[in-house]
Amino acid sequence: MLLSLLLRQTRRILLTALLGGLLGATLVRIGPGFGVDEREFDVRLNAESLKAIRAERAADNNIALFYLHFLGGLLRGDLGFSRSLNRPVSELLKERLPLTLGSLAYGVLGGISIGLVLALASIWWHAPGSDLLPAVLSGLALALPAAMIALIFLWMGAGGRWAIALVVFPHVYRYAKNLLTAAYQAPHVLAAQAKGLSSSRVLFAHVFIPALPQLAALAGISVSLAFGASIPIEVICDTPGIGQLAWKAALDRDLPLLVNITVLVTLMTLVVNACADLALSGWRTTR
Amino acid sequence: MTRTQKVAIAILGLVALAAIAAGLLAPSSYSEQYRDAISAPPSARFLLGTDELGRDRFARLLYGTRISLLLAPAAAFLSTLIAALIGGTAGYLGGRWERAVTAGIDLFLSLPWLFLLLTVRALLPLNTSPVTSVMITFLLLGCLGWAMPARIIRAGTRTLLDSDYLIQARAAGVSPLRLFWRHLMPNLRPILLAQFWVSVPVFILSEANLGLLGLGVSEPLPSWGAMLRELENYTAVLQNPWMLVPAALLVAVVCCLQLLLRTEDRIAC
Repeated sequence: MLLSLLLRQTRRILLTALLGGLLGATLVRIGPGFGVDEREFDVRLNAESLKAIRAERAADNNIALFYLHFLGGLLRGDLGFSRSLNRPVSELLKERLPLTLGSLAYGVLGGISIGLVLALASIWWHAPGSDLLPAVLSGLALALPAAMIALIFLWMGAGGRWAIALVVFPHVYRYAKNLLTAAYQAPHVLAAQAKGLSSSRVLFAHVFIPALPQLAALAGISVSLAFGASIPIEVICDTPGIGQLAWKAALDRDLPLLVNITVLVTLMTLVVNACADLALSGWRTTR
Repeated sequence: MTRTQKVAIAILGLVALAAIAAGLLAPSSYSEQYRDAISAPPSARFLLGTDELGRDRFARLLYGTRISLLLAPAAAFLSTLIAALIGGTAGYLGGRWERAVTAGIDLFLSLPWLFLLLTVRALLPLNTSPVTSVMITFLLLGCLGWAMPARIIRAGTRTLLDSDYLIQARAAGVSPLRLFWRHLMPNLRPILLAQFWVSVPVFILSEANLGLLGLGVSEPLPSWGAMLRELENYTAVLQNPWMLVPAALLVAVVCCLQLLLRTEDRIAC
């Protein structure tokens, strides 16, 4: 059962990622200004040079052809060439991916940890007003645009990765708090309390552990949120990661780079979501 | 409704009133330059001082609030409408259309919202007129924000399809189109309303993000996002803390909307 789920998920991920790439490519192609090359404004170039520049881009005009070439190259491990940065896309991704993955890991893990700890603490205390501080903090973090959070971290001289954590934490806190509050009111929890179990044991063994599979779903949402936030954060903090690269690719209408980043981002989000689904399925099977 | 929510409504009402009456309250136009008072501090003449181009920051804030507060709900309305049509028909018709819609929703949701928004906005012309840039920004928000509401509306429609009154209407021979518009859509109203209200703060924040990155509303038109760009100059912010007023107003409005959302969440359930 788990194997068939794994196969199904893999098929779905690949198909969606490829569709994502096609969507990205189509959007760039239909965007006004596509095909305009700054080099064409160089008055020193003669007619033949201009013709050569236009011929370079001619292959990109037919989006189906471009995408087929892209897929062929992908199978051979060739991700294409970025015209705006004048370098192979694979080199750019290899250079920038570790930095973004590191930031995302810190941000997502930090955000999930802070959110879960605050949610557990507010449930454990359950005194009136005990959740006031986390509620205010999460409300404020939710009300700030990611770019503004990046600015605040920049002013403080702190790294962008913690800005990502601040974007992720309020979502985790609110979801986890609602989930744990509902779980805390379940009949088996009331029975455990009536039997005299300590409040920490009730919270961890009877509320938190059974809710873990549902909390795992947060991982996928958090990665998607974190990647979205990493674009303005990396742009504002001038961090040379994938977010900043995506920004440059979009501004320069760099089709090969943008398609690769779209496929990569879609793959990353889908893989994390699929892992959460598989974990949930495995948990259900074992229990 | 709790007391806090009443306070939130009062604050939102005040801000909306001030935005509507911007023409009366603002001492000058949002684009008028006072070259004798560049980066001036707050005074009786300029309540929030002037920016580095000598424009009255208070007037810009009022007009910017009008743009952000009017157009974010308009974009939310558009995205809810698209989501209702796509999600509602997918849930109602089922079959291949539902599978195609589900795949589309999965695709849109697997691409981070801000990434999609920045990509599409950056691909559109950047040298458009200010009014067109406002329209483009909020149209994009409306057209790209349909996926999550569509998923919820589709699920809501599937649930409603099994309800007694719809089964009875179908048995009575009501046409599918009438069933959809007269029996299904009105009963989806609480979900649609909740999705609308959820989208408003999301779109306000998205416009602010775009504005801070220089892809939002073009100069000289003000918006909250465009006004936040001033904050990139840290030294100036330290010396002129009143530059933070637009950010504070944005946070206050989004917080108030979030407080009201809790009521809408309960209605949606």
